Amino acid sequence: MEHLELFFKSIFIDNMVFAVFLGMCSYLAVSKKVATAVGLGAAVIFVLAITVPLNWLLDQYILQPGALSWLGAEYADYDLSFLSFIMFIATIATMVQLVEIVVEKFSPSLYNSLGIFLPLIAVNCAILGGSLFMQSREIETLGLAFNYGVSSGIGWFLAILAIAAIREKIRYSNVPAPLRGLGITFIITGLMGIGFLSFGGMLTGGDEEAPKKEKTVKVDTKTVDTKELANNTKIVE
Amino acid sequence: MGLLSKKDAKLITDPLADNNPITIQVLGICSALAITAELKASLVMGIAVMFVLGIGNVVISLMRNIIPSKIRIIVQLIVVAALVIIVDQVLKAFAYELSKTLSVFVGLIITNCIIMGRFEAFALANKPWRSFLDGIGNSLGYAVILIIVGFFRELLGSGTLFGIPVLGDPIEKTGVYSLGYENNGFMLMPPMALIIVGLIIWVQRSRNKALIED
Repeated sequence: MEHLELFFKSIFIDNMVFAVFLGMCSYLAVSKKVATAVGLGAAVIFVLAITVPLNWLLDQYILQPGALSWLGAEYADYDLSFLSFIMFIATIATMVQLVEIVVEKFSPSLYNSLGIFLPLIAVNCAILGGSLFMQSREIETLGLAFNYGVSSGIGWFLAILAIAAIREKIRYSNVPAPLRGLGITFIITGLMGIGFLSFGGMLTGGDEEAPKKEKTVKVDTKTVDTKELANNTKIVE
Repeated sequence: MGLLSKKDAKLITDPLADNNPITIQVLGICSALAITAELKASLVMGIAVMFVLGIGNVVISLMRNIIPSKIRIIVQLIVVAALVIIVDQVLKAFAYELSKTLSVFVGLIITNCIIMGRFEAFALANKPWRSFLDGIGNSLGYAVILIIVGFFRELLGSGTLFGIPVLGDPIEKTGVYSLGYENNGFMLMPPMALIIVGLIIWVQRSRNKALIED
């Protein structure tokens, strides 16, 4: 049940593209044709499925406050979490390189379809974002981390597939000249995002998500934040 | 502008409009959209990127002759990651609430395509001072778009700027609200950022026909 919930949540509600805008650069650049979009989407799923669980292990056994306690009692209060960015990105860069070599060796046909996209992926924010969200959402088990990687990859795949199909068709429409290409793609993505907002009620029946959407609540929390911030800076001074 | 030659000044002014990293080069969209619901967050993000890109460009440019081209991506990633860790730690120390709002997006500066894009396209082929100016110029162009988007989203979405109410009080019905104006809560939702950027592109391209795509 937990797995199923996370699976649908990461595909539809917290969709990488529509809810948090991850991987937008390649999303916009590689979505002109459906065939290439499928290739990149598949590569993203693949790499996310490998790097998220790996980074979960790193986070759990090396980076978290107190994670080093398996080395001995004297390491128990080490906190290496400030290193997470550099560790995550290093893992991702090496894994991408490794995957490229392995795939090239064992499955030349897969390499031909994924190969050119793999180097692009090291700097795709969806990949690093997956690991960082995995860390900040405190995903509990290795299985869930794997699930999270795969399902957010599928969400990204769906998004790029949909926009590529729309962009192939929109060439036949009479779009205002200044809006052609990039402009209309942004606006369509925005509209698709609005559509995806409606998935928000899928898991909770709309209850849990509702406070997010109420503007007054949001404004209130913001003013509180700034006040606290002002106090904090005073203390620092 | 005695300090800058004409060619150098162009490095700063070009990315502000006709070669803007976001609307023309299509780089660094991810973070540009997610954190622009508030003006303050947009401003801080702009400054953070300026710091990382300015210094990163100089570092890469200084090392450009000793980096073997095969491993340059990893070297670049490590340089950015180190700079971003500094930004993240500084934010956590001096503006904790803000660093909570920006959450993972500070970390995502590492994979911000503007940074890798400028490293590849400029810093690896130019001298440090010119690279520095290029970094500052591009991050200014990035910050400008962020601030425009943040301005409209915060003003229309919650009626405030930098958290200060400018349109009156929505509950007491003062200011503009006495005329029956309502905040558009929709502006705070993620998809509106995309639509606003789309509109900015529209305005920019109808003013400069040369930028129109086929």
